[in-house]
Amino acid sequence: MKTERRTAAAEYEDFMARAYAMELEATERYAQFAEQLDTHNNREVALLFRKLSEIEALHAKRILAEMGWPSVPALTPAFAWEGGEGPETAPFDSLHYLMQPFHALKIALRCELQAQAYFKKIAAGSAPARVRAAAVEMAAEEREHVRLIRDWLKRVPQPTADWDEDPDPPRVTE
Amino acid sequence: MNAPLAAAPLAAKNFKSDYKPVWCPGCGDYSVLSAITKALASLELRPENVAVVSGIGCSSRIPAYTACYGFHGVHGRSLPVATGLKAARPDLTVLVASGDGDGYSIGGNHFLHACRRNVDLTYIVMDNHVYGMTKGQPSPTTEPDWSSKLAPGGTGLREFHPLVIALASGANFVARAFSGDPNGCAALIAEAVRHPGFSFVEVLSPCVTFRPEQRGWKEIVHPAPVAPTDDPARAARRIMTDDGFNIGVLYKGSRRPYAAAAGATHALADLEKGFQL
Repeated sequence: MKTERRTAAAEYEDFMARAYAMELEATERYAQFAEQLDTHNNREVALLFRKLSEIEALHAKRILAEMGWPSVPALTPAFAWEGGEGPETAPFDSLHYLMQPFHALKIALRCELQAQAYFKKIAAGSAPARVRAAAVEMAAEEREHVRLIRDWLKRVPQPTADWDEDPDPPRVTE
Repeated sequence: MNAPLAAAPLAAKNFKSDYKPVWCPGCGDYSVLSAITKALASLELRPENVAVVSGIGCSSRIPAYTACYGFHGVHGRSLPVATGLKAARPDLTVLVASGDGDGYSIGGNHFLHACRRNVDLTYIVMDNHVYGMTKGQPSPTTEPDWSSKLAPGGTGLREFHPLVIALASGANFVARAFSGDPNGCAALIAEAVRHPGFSFVEVLSPCVTFRPEQRGWKEIVHPAPVAPTDDPARAARRIMTDDGFNIGVLYKGSRRPYAAAAGATHALADLEKGFQL
């Protein structure tokens, strides 16, 4: 009985460490995206990615506070995600140098939906009750983020069909 | 690979420099940079014990973006520089970064002989089948029918097959990775560094500017369906008949790496005598 209790507690710690890693990875990736677009003078989208990075950092911090971890816990190895990277991490090839806030928010929306699906799957699985309860809570949080991003999307201009046409393209043939 | 020091392990970010990469947004090389830093962190190495050597091209910018020692060298000549460095400083972990133009065309001959010499290096080639930095010319791995403004109707030339050439030339470790999976790529690079001798990791790394269709690679890459073999003939057959999108370790050999003779073989004064006029 004692062993079972300890296992459930360890699984809960592992689950929260993964949730923390997920938020941290997203924080770092959005910050990298902001840097990339800064380099290419797309300040508006860079600013948006920086904001998304800050939001994810707040989520990560909240998990640290909730768990009472004094510092970063011993995380599951970085390359242990089943899908390669964390479910809330946008792939590097998502960007285009002419992208607009609308595209950045679409990326964020996809990540939030993936995160929600990740937690929902755990909530519906066979993990210990405490883990499932935490997963239910986190899935609800991600659902709220999805709603916020959908609202945000309504407030930014929709790109025109030729948004990626560059009057001075890199593909020159001189 | 060299034995890690007994200091606290570092995080991937500790292997990144303060220089911001200038690659195009969406470029696969961002992911390779991330994979290299993650691999070095997972190996519990220290930046001061690692050197990253490169030639010329988009991919060859990597040394500046790491906090390790770096050498951004001459076009196609990263391998001779790295070979010399490793021979002189066998205590260092030496990574070599290149692209399909730098590594297989300008540096093609050095590639063959680096495989043959089997010095303990990890050679990471970011292959996007195009010369990106010089605005989209076909490279040795470009498909013969890839038509562009700079090669109307395509080159009609058969592609270079780097993995099988590495194998035939004596590389001790051959793997293919995909930049779209930075963590998988990191694990493969870490394994390549751990493996003694010349380790070759070809990374499929899309050029989103000149080959935007390569964004579709993520839909077609797949894990190699069989475990790595130590039989070069079997590995060659597999590599020659695969679709070019098998990801994983494809060959792990056991050839003894080159080791420079310990200490000086001749006294400096004796060598100088031969140059006296």
